[in-house]
Amino acid sequence: MFDFTLSEARDALRARKISARELTAAYNRAIASLNSQINAYITETPELALAQADAADAALAKGEHGPLTGIPLAIKDLFCTKGVRTTAGSKILSPFIPPYESTVTANLLRDGAVFLGKANLDEFAMGSSNMTSAYGAVTNPWTRRGDNRPLVPGGSSGGSAAAVAARMALGATATDTGGSIRQPAAFCGITGIKPTYGRCSRWGVVAFASSLDQAGPIARNVEDCAILLGSMSGFDPKDSTSADMPVPDFASACKRSVKGLRIGVPREYRMEGMAPEVETLWQQGLAWLREQGATIVDVSLPHTKYGLATYYIVAPAEASSNLARYDGVRFGARTEGGHDLTELYENTRADGFGAEVQRRIMIGTYVLSAGYYDAYYLKAQKVRALILRDFTEVFRDVDALVTPATPTAAFGQGEKMDDPVTMYLNDIFTVPVNMAGLPGLALPTGLDASGLPMGLQVIGKPFDEETVFAVSAALERAAGFTTLPTLRAGA
Amino acid sequence: MASYTLEGSTGTWEIVCGLEVHAQVISKSKLFSGASAEYGAEPNSQVSFVDAAFPGMLPVINRECVAQAVRTGLGLGAAINLWSRFDRKNYFYADLPQGYQISQFAHPIVGKGVVEVTLSDGSTKEIGVTRLHLEQDAGKSLHDQDPTKSFIDLNRSGVALMEIVSEPDIRSPEEAGAYLTKLRQILRYLGTCDGNMDEGSMRADVNVSVRKAGEEFRTRCEVKNVNSIRFVMQAVEAEAKRQIEVWESGGEVRQETRLFDPSRMETRSMRSKEDAHDYRYFPDPDLLPLVLEPDWVSRLKASLPELPDAKTTRFVSEYGLSAYDARILVMEQATADFYETVARGRDAKMAANWMMGDFFAALNRTGRSIEDSPVSAANLSGLLDLIADKTINGRIAKEVFEAMVETGEAPAAIVEAKGLRQVTDTGAIDDAVEAVLAANADKVAQYKGGQEKLFGFFVGQVMKAMAGKGNPALVNEALKAKIG
Repeated sequence: MFDFTLSEARDALRARKISARELTAAYNRAIASLNSQINAYITETPELALAQADAADAALAKGEHGPLTGIPLAIKDLFCTKGVRTTAGSKILSPFIPPYESTVTANLLRDGAVFLGKANLDEFAMGSSNMTSAYGAVTNPWTRRGDNRPLVPGGSSGGSAAAVAARMALGATATDTGGSIRQPAAFCGITGIKPTYGRCSRWGVVAFASSLDQAGPIARNVEDCAILLGSMSGFDPKDSTSADMPVPDFASACKRSVKGLRIGVPREYRMEGMAPEVETLWQQGLAWLREQGATIVDVSLPHTKYGLATYYIVAPAEASSNLARYDGVRFGARTEGGHDLTELYENTRADGFGAEVQRRIMIGTYVLSAGYYDAYYLKAQKVRALILRDFTEVFRDVDALVTPATPTAAFGQGEKMDDPVTMYLNDIFTVPVNMAGLPGLALPTGLDASGLPMGLQVIGKPFDEETVFAVSAALERAAGFTTLPTLRAGA
Repeated sequence: MASYTLEGSTGTWEIVCGLEVHAQVISKSKLFSGASAEYGAEPNSQVSFVDAAFPGMLPVINRECVAQAVRTGLGLGAAINLWSRFDRKNYFYADLPQGYQISQFAHPIVGKGVVEVTLSDGSTKEIGVTRLHLEQDAGKSLHDQDPTKSFIDLNRSGVALMEIVSEPDIRSPEEAGAYLTKLRQILRYLGTCDGNMDEGSMRADVNVSVRKAGEEFRTRCEVKNVNSIRFVMQAVEAEAKRQIEVWESGGEVRQETRLFDPSRMETRSMRSKEDAHDYRYFPDPDLLPLVLEPDWVSRLKASLPELPDAKTTRFVSEYGLSAYDARILVMEQATADFYETVARGRDAKMAANWMMGDFFAALNRTGRSIEDSPVSAANLSGLLDLIADKTINGRIAKEVFEAMVETGEAPAAIVEAKGLRQVTDTGAIDDAVEAVLAANADKVAQYKGGQEKLFGFFVGQVMKAMAGKGNPALVNEALKAKIG
């Protein structure tokens, strides 16, 4: 049962070889037995999942099925789910039960999906390790060869990635503001795509940095991601930044040949001090594409080196404003005992937000302050425009870019915690893609020396996820990556 | 007009004033949500999850509010910016759910325009409009409901406001009042703001400084949230006098925000510039820039109603009214429409006199507005027609009008019911004349002896005898014939 990919499970359900109830019950059991070790879920909803599965079976019995009927998914706890607690990984939202369903999850429910529960994440999606969650760290289902020390799953969608890798879900929703889908996918040896900004509605997704946040799927392989993204996508009049564009058949794009495609290799992504195995993995990936008929082209994205610095101005600036609404007045947690409104704010927010969130609120407040705005925020916006221009120019010549997904494989829990900047460096390959609003997919193509998965990133033109899927599927076929993590259901 | 100045101990001072007017947009729903924008509902009954800033909620611009802002800009003869943008103004307050107000700081939807005001001496003056932008209103904090708690009403949260900023062109309390009156009138004509200052749908921040003739601007203070035209005029004067006193006593006016206390006719400091918020404005990433189609703006322009200035000019030329009378009748759209219904095809001057005389007096007396006037335009027209075709005379008309005010009935019905039809039967008039002359033989003798003023007495007596219904011209004629 757990060996099914999403598309295989879908076919088995439609052929009535398995029932949605059986499938969901199996995943419920997997969560029950593994979550205490992995902590991928903050909230489990097994009964709700079974009820949804029964409805799926009823639909399947009548031959009425959607693209995802009966498919059990993990939902990142950043998506508001009607009647099911949504915490954003924060204490401040611990009592929050949304009276509405986010557009993305509503789309998935429309297509017949079953929701197993709410996946863990870094608090308000701020982090690259899932260590900042108020509901405890998530443990990566992978371990280094001969070393049982727990590793991080990456972040912020650490729970989503770990749940899929450990087979506690067939797929998951995730969000990506600076790499939060691609980095954990790479760390957990699975696949995740951040689509073009505007492809998925942000309505009902707890905001981190509005101009960068974008929802996407994490799944076992490229095709499963394509299937999920097809359901999640679509224009939403409730999100002014949502794109009024048709949703192509992503799954069929996975079957396209890469013959004749021009694949760019940005030289600025060859960082000093990068592990030699990252370089090897990269070259191997390019060789596979060349073998399948693609042309590899060296390109330059000269403003890459400013990406991370720019991101850490823009994202906290927007976050400082987006998080102002968590004030203890209307919903969420409130810390009583203050004597006036200011004390209510101070006590509630000091208690409710963790250290990383507080750090980013302070950074964001600082860069927007009178006297600093021009030097930081305005300058960052200008650099952001230059980063976008870099990509626009490169994409006149090439169809997609291929880069490493992360500078290293998963690190240990507790590592890189002393210096936030070291932690921020995790996102060095992923952040520019968000700054430019482009689609980016991370998939595993090999293992490092200690046996941990390593991933490549495929970057595409705006709203050209189809080419991203085609190139990624080509890499996936060539890599034949089949290694599984030690901790997993059905093992 | 002679310039307005204030005398201080060191000489003559001039006032420099500009107004920031917040006008609530007339629209069914709020600026960025579908919740109703209607006034006066139960607290927190018109609040969407967007207005309450629930997690993941996003603003979507209300097209009608944008159209209203554009109409207002066009009505002020202002430049419409086809590209504008929403910014966030960040500050914490309990009735500001998002923790920021969505406003247009750097790129407003409307640019420079002008308002021409007429002052009491009949002179006119142009007051420049710097800009108009759209923004969200905040909710309301209620501090007087409980000894230890404050309550929040979010019905107003997210309602669309237009902030209309004037140039510092205002030089007297009268000009401030005239500008605000005119602005309110234009907004009401356009149907973009109801101008109800007591409901808070229009309020003004008043910027005041003083200077000696020929000087550059001195430091200004802002008097916040003044909610009537009279208070604005009083606040300008009170604040100017305060500043003159500060300067003349050797002090320096500090830039600050102040509040006007109408009961004491003084302004009080609210916060100084040093305590001012740092609003950390930045473009709202949830919204795209607002881009208007030139054709759409043209269509809005073509559909604008006739505005007060144009209407005044037309009333003067079309109905032969004085500019003063025309301005009074044009003050409110409803009054102007009422007048035109009555005046069209009738004696326009007489219609104006009736409106500005008995009709306005009746509205005042009954406390009714023109919209729910007891006398409809059709009925006032009917009354004028009865005078014109000599069914009733002017004196009876007043009596009929009073009955119309009381009952709301049509004048013809009242005339019939009360038998007020004018008597034009010369036989009946002659009989009445005979009787009056016979009863007042002494006066007839005096009249004939040269006391010609007594003619009026005879007319009065005859009319009285005929219960006021005699045709005045015929009565005069008959009397002349008898006693010549």
